[in-house]
Amino acid sequence: MPYLVHSPEDRAEMLAAIGIDSMEGLLVDIPQSLRIPRLELPNGLSEFETMAQITSLAERNRVFPDRLTFRGGGVYRRFIPAAVAAVTSKPEFYTAYTPYQPEASQGTLQAIYEFQTLIAELTALDVANASLYDGATAVAEAAMMAFVHTGRKEVLVSGYVHPEYVDVLRAFSEGRGIKVRKGSEPTAKTAAVIFQQPDFLGLLVDAPDLTKRAHDVGAIAIACVDPISLALLAPPGQYGADIAVGEGQQLGLSPSYGGPHVGFIACHKDLVRRLPGRLIGASHDAQGRRGFVLTLTAREQHIRREKATSNICTNHSLCALAASVYMTYMGAEGMRHVADVSFKRAHALAAKLAALPGWELAFPERQFLNEFPIRVPKPAVVNRKLARKGILGGLDMHRWFRELNGVFTFTCTEVNDPRAIDELVEAVSS
Amino acid sequence: MAGRLYTKSHEWLLVEGKSVTVGITDFAQAQLGDVVFLELPHPGRKLDAGESFGVVESVKAASDLYAPVSGRVTAVNEQLAAKPELINSDPYGDGWILKVELTGNLPTDLMDEAAYKKSTETQA
Amino acid sequence: MTEPLSFEKSRPNAYAPRLPDAGVDAAEVVDILPPELLRSRAPGLPRLSEPEVMRHYSKLASMNYSISEQFYPLGSCTMKYNPVVNEAAASLPGFTDLHPYQGEETVQGALELMWRLEQALCAVVGVDRVTLQPAAGAHGEWTALRMIQAFHRSRGEARTEVLVPDSAHGTNPASAALSGFQVVEVASGPDGRISLADLEAKLSSRVAALMLTNPNTLGLFEREILDIAELVHNTGAKLYYDGANLNAFMGVCRPGDMGFDAVHMNLHKTFTTPHGGGGPGAGPVGVKADLVPFLPTPTVERTNGHLKLDFKRPQSIGRVRSFYGNFGMLVRAYTYIVAMGGDGLTQASMDAVLSANYLRKRVEGLLDLPHEGPCMHEFVASARNLAPNGIKALDVAKGLLERDFYAPTIYFPLVVPEAIMVEPTETESKPTLDAFADAIAEIVKEAKEDPEKLYHEPHSLPVGRLDEVATARRINAYLLGQSEDPILRWKPARE
Repeated sequence: MPYLVHSPEDRAEMLAAIGIDSMEGLLVDIPQSLRIPRLELPNGLSEFETMAQITSLAERNRVFPDRLTFRGGGVYRRFIPAAVAAVTSKPEFYTAYTPYQPEASQGTLQAIYEFQTLIAELTALDVANASLYDGATAVAEAAMMAFVHTGRKEVLVSGYVHPEYVDVLRAFSEGRGIKVRKGSEPTAKTAAVIFQQPDFLGLLVDAPDLTKRAHDVGAIAIACVDPISLALLAPPGQYGADIAVGEGQQLGLSPSYGGPHVGFIACHKDLVRRLPGRLIGASHDAQGRRGFVLTLTAREQHIRREKATSNICTNHSLCALAASVYMTYMGAEGMRHVADVSFKRAHALAAKLAALPGWELAFPERQFLNEFPIRVPKPAVVNRKLARKGILGGLDMHRWFRELNGVFTFTCTEVNDPRAIDELVEAVSS
Repeated sequence: MAGRLYTKSHEWLLVEGKSVTVGITDFAQAQLGDVVFLELPHPGRKLDAGESFGVVESVKAASDLYAPVSGRVTAVNEQLAAKPELINSDPYGDGWILKVELTGNLPTDLMDEAAYKKSTETQA
Repeated sequence: MTEPLSFEKSRPNAYAPRLPDAGVDAAEVVDILPPELLRSRAPGLPRLSEPEVMRHYSKLASMNYSISEQFYPLGSCTMKYNPVVNEAAASLPGFTDLHPYQGEETVQGALELMWRLEQALCAVVGVDRVTLQPAAGAHGEWTALRMIQAFHRSRGEARTEVLVPDSAHGTNPASAALSGFQVVEVASGPDGRISLADLEAKLSSRVAALMLTNPNTLGLFEREILDIAELVHNTGAKLYYDGANLNAFMGVCRPGDMGFDAVHMNLHKTFTTPHGGGGPGAGPVGVKADLVPFLPTPTVERTNGHLKLDFKRPQSIGRVRSFYGNFGMLVRAYTYIVAMGGDGLTQASMDAVLSANYLRKRVEGLLDLPHEGPCMHEFVASARNLAPNGIKALDVAKGLLERDFYAPTIYFPLVVPEAIMVEPTETESKPTLDAFADAIAEIVKEAKEDPEKLYHEPHSLPVGRLDEVATARRINAYLLGQSEDPILRWKPARE
C-alpha cells in the first residue's frame, strides 16, 4: 500500500513491545456495535493507475489559452514568472508546518515578514498581516474589525463590490447580528463603509470622497483593492482609508478553478490590535542575532478562545509566499509596467468593441483600468460564438445585477497580445 | 479597613472609605508570565461587580479582568500603557490597575490574605 | 547563518524583468486619469535580479525544518508524508488553468472530481452530504455551527448556547462565539473523558450543539459516545464532530454512526494536503439529512453523469468564501484517496494507532503519562516529572529541535500541566520512532544532569530562542507612538 512504512515484522515487534497480542487489544475502547467491516470505497491503485484516473478528469475540462481569456470578475490570467513555482515547489517551503517553533522556521517566517512589508508598501498603510483565505473573507474580517472597534452594528457596502464578497460578508455578519446595508450615505450607526477600487465592473470610484464620508460620521473606511492596480492607482493610505483588503490571486497564483488564492489585509496603526489572523514580527536571540517570530498571538483564537476577534487559525502561507516571490521578482517597475500595458490594451479593446454596431460602453462617463462593462447585442450567443474560436469572452453581469441586462465585462491583461485582441474583435463581428 | 482583600479571580482590592484600588495578585502575574499589554477602560466607566472590564495579555496568555465591586472608575494607572511590566515587578504597588468609587456595599465573598493564600495553594 | 531581507539586498539599478510593450494605439494613463486617482509615490518594493531572487529564497528554504526532512510528532496535526504525485496532479493545466466563471459544460472534469471527493468523504465518515467550500479547519467549524444555528432557527428555536469540553482546542469556543453563541464548558472526568454527569447538568433547551472530538484531545476514545449522542439528541441539540483526530479510526468506525450530525474534516491533516508553512488547507464539513438544506451555496449535483452547480438553495447559510473551495487542495486530497483506497486508509489508521502506542511505551518511565493506555493515534505525556530540575515542556521541545526533530505539540490540551502531545502517524518507520524515543531519553538525562545546557538549546539552528516578550513590548511602544520601528514590517532607515 502506498506511503505506509511498517513491514509485518515491524508490526509484530511493536505489538510485542507494547505487550499486546493483536490490534484488537488497542481498539478495545471502540464498542463492537460501531465497528464497520470495511470502508465503502474501492481498493487503492498503483501510482500509474491513479494518475491515469486523475489525468482523465483533467482532460474533461476545457482550458482556454491565457492570451484568449478576456474574462475577469476577481480572477485573472497573468504572466506568472517561472521563479514562483520554482520557489513554492521547494519541499522545505511547501511541506513545512506552521512556524510555532521559530528557531526551526526562519525560512517561512522571514518570507512572510517580507510579504507583510510588501503589502504594507503597496497599500501605503502601516501594518499588514500574514494573509487570509481570499478577498471575500478579507472583506468580511475587515468589517468585523470595524464592528469590534466602533461597537456599531451596521456596515455599508457602497457601489459595485464583488457580489460573492458581499455574500460572504453577509454570512459573517449574520452570526454576530450585524446589518449589511447597500448605499453611500453612512450614519452615526455605521461601523464601516466598504468600497472596491476598481469596482466589480472595472470602473474607478471616488475613493477619497467615500473615505471622507465614512470619517465624517466616525466610521471606518475599508477599501477593497486590486493589488496590481496599486502600482499605478492611489493606494488606500494615500487617501486616508483605515483598512485595505483584497484578493492576491493576480500576484503569481493560477486561477485553479477558484482556489487556493490569498486574501490580504493592511491597516492604520490604530487598528493593529484588531487585526485577525497571524502577525510576524522581528525579534532577536541571546546572541543578538535577528530572527522572526509569530507575535501578538494573544489576539488569536487559541489563546483568546471565545473572546477572539476572529476564529481564523491559519494563513494561506504558501500562497503568500508565491505572492512575495512575484512582487520581489517584478519589483515596482515590473508591476507598474504590467498595469500600464493592461490599461492600454483594455482601452484599445474597448474602443474597437464600442465601434461595432450594437456595442456600447455601459458607463462611458466613468474611467476604468483594465476591465470595463459594455452593452452587447445578442447577449445570449456572444460567448458561444467566441468559444467556437477558442476565446473565453466577457462575464455576463445580468447574472448578479438585474439592472445590467445585456452588459458584459471584458478584461485585458499583459497576456492578451494585440493579435489576440484583434481575434476577439473579428470573432464578434463575424 | 486595613489590609488587602482578594477575589477568586485573583484580583486584589484596597479599600479606603469609598475609594477602592484594584490590581491583580502576585500569583496571577506569575501564571501569566511577562505582561506585554493591557486593555483598560476609561475613567468614568460604570462597572458591575463580576463584570469583565479589561484584558491583561502576556506572550502566551490573555486573562480577563473582573470588577471586584460595583462602582465608577475614577482613575486608571497611566504608567501601565508604556510599562506593562510593572504588573510583574510590583503587582501590589506601582502595578495597581484601577481606582473605583464604590456604589453600594462590598461583596460578601471577598477573601482576606490568609484565605486567599490557602486557596492558591490548592490550585498550584 | 542568517539571510538579509530582500529589501536589505535591494540595489537601485538591479536589472528589472523584461516585459513586452503594449503594442497598441492607446493614450497614456496620466493623460486619461486625473492626478488624484494616481499613485503619487512608488511603492518601496525591492529591486533584485532573477539570480539574486532565486538565491535569496533558496537560502530561506535552507532555514526551515519540514516534513520532507524531519519527523513531526505534532499531536492533533497528523503530519504524515505528503505524496509527491499529489503535486503532479494538482499542477495539471487541466486544473490550474480553469477560470471559476467558465461555463459548467467546460469544467465537467473538475465538477466530477469534487463530486467524487464528496462521495468518498461521505463513505469515510458516514454522512449524507459534504460541503467542500471551507478553506480551513476553523472555517469549516464555523460553517458547521452556522448550519446548526440555521437548523434550529428554521424550527423557530433560538438556541443560544454551545457546549464545549474543557479540553477542547481554542478554535472551538472562538468559532462558537463568532456565530453569536454563548460558550459553556463541560468538565472532563478524571480519565480525561467528558463527564456524563456534567453534560447532563448543562444540557437544556438553550443548547444548540455539543462540540466533541473523538478520540478526545488526550488521544482516548470516548467509550460512552453512544450515550452522549442520545443525551444530546434527546434535548433536540445537535452533535458536532471536530475531525482533528479522524486518523485514529478510518475503516474501523465512523463518526456518522456514533451519532454526529455535523462532521468536520481537515484535508491538510488526515488527507495529507501539504501544510505550506501555515496554509492553504481545506476544512470540508459532512452533514446528516437534517442539516443538508442549510449547506453553503453552491453544491455540486450529478444527474445521469452530468454535473452542475446548484445555486437554488433557499435555506442555505449562503457563501462562506468566494467560488467553490480550495480546489487545488481538493485535487491533492482526492488523488490521495484514490491511491490509498478503502484498504489503504484502513491500514493507515491501524498503523497510526500502533505507532502511537509503541512510542508511548518507549516513553514510559522517561516522561509522566497521566492517563492509562491504550491510546489511539496520539498520546499526551507531561514534563512535570522534570519540574524538580527546573525543566519545562518548552525545554524538552527545544531539546528535540536541537536533535533534528520537530517538537511535539506543547501546552495543549490545557487540562494537563506541562503537556506534550505526540502523534507519530503511519508514515514514520520504526527506526525513526526509536530514534525519537532515544532523543527523549537523552533530553531527560540532560535535564537531570545539566539542565543549564538544555536552557540554551537549540544552539545549532540559524537562531536560538527568541525574545518574544521584547518583541511584543517594542510593538507596544510603536503603537503608542513612542517608537518609529513598527517591528511588524521592515522600514527603510530615515535619511
